[in-house]
Amino acid sequence: MTALDPREELAKRLGLDEIPPVRFDSAKDVLKRLADNDYLSDDAIASVCFLADRLAKPVLVEGPAGTGKTALARAVADAVGARLIRLQCYEGLDDSKALYEWNYRKQLLRIQAGRPEGEGTEDWEQLEEDIFGEEFLLTRPLLEAISATDPVVLLIDEVDRVELETEALLLEILSEYQVSIPELGTVRAKQIPMVFLTSNNTRELSEALKRRCLYLYIGYPSVERERDIIVSRVPGITSTLAEQIAQVVRSLRTMDLKKAPSVAETLDWARTLVVLGRSEIGDEDAAETLHILLKYQTDIERATKELLGRPKSSA
Amino acid sequence: MLNLLGDFIGELRAAGIPISMSEHVDSAKAMEVIDLSDRSLVKNSLAATLVKDGDHMPVFNTAFEVFFSTRSWDSASEFMDDVDTDEMQREGAAGATGPGQSRGEGGGASSSLSAQELAELLFRALRDGDREALRLAADESVTRYAGMEPGRPVGGTYYLYRTLRNLDLENLEQRLTRGSVDDDQLAQRLAREEARSRIEMLKAEIERVIRERLVEDRGSEALAKSVRKPLPEDLDVMHANRDEMAQLERALRPLSRKLAVRLARRRRRRRRGPVDLRHTVRRSLSTGGVPIDLRFKPPHPAKPEIFVIADISGSVASFARFTLHLVHAISSQFSKVRSFVFVDGLDEVTQLFEGVDDPAETVARINAEADVIAFDGHSDYGRALLSFHDRFAKDITRRSTILILGDARNNYHQAHAEVIADLKYRAKAVYWLNPEPTAYWNSGDSIVSQYAPYCEKVIECRTLRQLEMFVGELA
Repeated sequence: MTALDPREELAKRLGLDEIPPVRFDSAKDVLKRLADNDYLSDDAIASVCFLADRLAKPVLVEGPAGTGKTALARAVADAVGARLIRLQCYEGLDDSKALYEWNYRKQLLRIQAGRPEGEGTEDWEQLEEDIFGEEFLLTRPLLEAISATDPVVLLIDEVDRVELETEALLLEILSEYQVSIPELGTVRAKQIPMVFLTSNNTRELSEALKRRCLYLYIGYPSVERERDIIVSRVPGITSTLAEQIAQVVRSLRTMDLKKAPSVAETLDWARTLVVLGRSEIGDEDAAETLHILLKYQTDIERATKELLGRPKSSA
Repeated sequence: MLNLLGDFIGELRAAGIPISMSEHVDSAKAMEVIDLSDRSLVKNSLAATLVKDGDHMPVFNTAFEVFFSTRSWDSASEFMDDVDTDEMQREGAAGATGPGQSRGEGGGASSSLSAQELAELLFRALRDGDREALRLAADESVTRYAGMEPGRPVGGTYYLYRTLRNLDLENLEQRLTRGSVDDDQLAQRLAREEARSRIEMLKAEIERVIRERLVEDRGSEALAKSVRKPLPEDLDVMHANRDEMAQLERALRPLSRKLAVRLARRRRRRRRGPVDLRHTVRRSLSTGGVPIDLRFKPPHPAKPEIFVIADISGSVASFARFTLHLVHAISSQFSKVRSFVFVDGLDEVTQLFEGVDDPAETVARINAEADVIAFDGHSDYGRALLSFHDRFAKDITRRSTILILGDARNNYHQAHAEVIADLKYRAKAVYWLNPEPTAYWNSGDSIVSQYAPYCEKVIECRTLRQLEMFVGELA
């Protein structure tokens, strides 16, 4: 028995005429194309993206805030030239916001408009068929991603914010790439979208969800990678300064702070230092600009003390 | 490959990572579509399909190193008729690889290095961040210093220790730091940290080399068993060493955060209150007075009051610390939390937690500030309980839950179990959390059984997982 290629299998199940072409040739290809879109990935990220495409499986991205989880989805969308459809999760999200909703007003209008004047009611069965047609369907992000005919990347952001029960909504899409609408039947994907889910790990996601996804943990980048990120995102920075910034940030992250600086904050800091015209960080610069990296007063005090070996000057 | 994968997954499961059948299938499918000669790609693919929790990664990494060591990779590549890797391996062997070769051939050129030259080699590799040179140097130092004996059923910690001791890492670190003489505080600190991180790199490399040789010696499966590390939430709190303790500390914070989120959610969604008659009648007007749509009052679940009484004598101190930390981290889920610590005297430490955001800090202060030793500093449960009863029994109501933490090793003092009986009569419930395995209860001076009849439950609580489960049910 020879196993079918996963994409082939899925395409058959979805009833697609042809197998959609693979998006990436290899993990190296991912690495390069993401870099072209200003997203510096590493081996793990590239391998998982490559695998997600080849296996036609969604990717669950976890990691601390501000390490580029959402940016990854955006960069992949740019790299493959697809439209990004984003579903922002929040507590209380339900199927009418995530999947689809019937357009009641339009349905009502249709019923009223369809009533011939003076005569009795229109043939009810025909009307019913009519008002539950696609015309009266408001598509929400998930259905939109499934029914799109152009290439799309679906981003389900901060999935850990929805309740455990709501997670179940996602399962059909994640494993089968289809949505069942009781009145309409099943809507199958017209192509195989790439799906990214992000989570800040505020709660344990359900086993069912995890099982259907590939898992990618994006932690804080290594000093070398962070330096490269800074160099590529901050114009006019010298690589010595970038290296120094990356090192300072690393040592901040090893401290016991309330909130460790994220990559985004690192970039802000780098930009500030460039604007100030610094080519390297001295004690004074660090003390004066640390508040860009750290957002709590206690953190700033502790960091100043540990990094510079003295309490923050009250000047 | 499929067999290897099966064994590998068996090992991961044995280490406690839950892997379902469908994930197994996924990983096999992944192996079909990727280029198997790329080791890091294989590793990342396996991680993505099998491990679904960031905290499990270290366990996965260790298992992967054992099952798919670089050496077995090279020999596997040979089967694939890959001429390049074959050549690479030969080049490598000419350098300083393989305990087999170097031991067999008497070491060849590489062993002619003197100790100083080796140290110099290491220093240069570290200074320039040259990974290839570092690998060679690590390999050489293991050959030289580890003194590995084939067939010994060990995990390699000892070999690691032996190698590192001989390398004089402190000197190396100092030399690395010295490179940049600068009076800038920040620059100095950065240089120090850079040096330290390079030394860590070296340690990791040496550990890898040792592990590889052990695999060669004893086979993957046997070794996997001896290097298997439990997941942080499964570590035995009482017997954790310093590294593991640090791991536990790290795991505790997200754990308590998650627990708080979960409990808050559960509370919000729990059973509805009684029917709200007014609201229901109002709603029924639109259905002609028929109450189709019942409305409920919002629920008012009673939040329990918690009294934690913890033994902080040496034997169980760490366990008490974790529990205090966890309970206070989720104190918003309780109407009140009061904590008491004792050895042979008892002291209330609730006020230490007030106005502090991070319970960890407070817990660290408890040892220094609490007045818990009355006589000799050996646990005396009877005395401590009596003193608790005298001073605080009046505060205990039907809404209070009492948690007693300790191993009930009373050093042959009097038990005073009747105190617990009275506390139980006053309180909603009394729970006893015992960090010892059930098998040890009542052995030696442990007198759990004397207290047990008066407790709602005596619970074995050795790991964070058990602790989390218990606290979760409590709220």
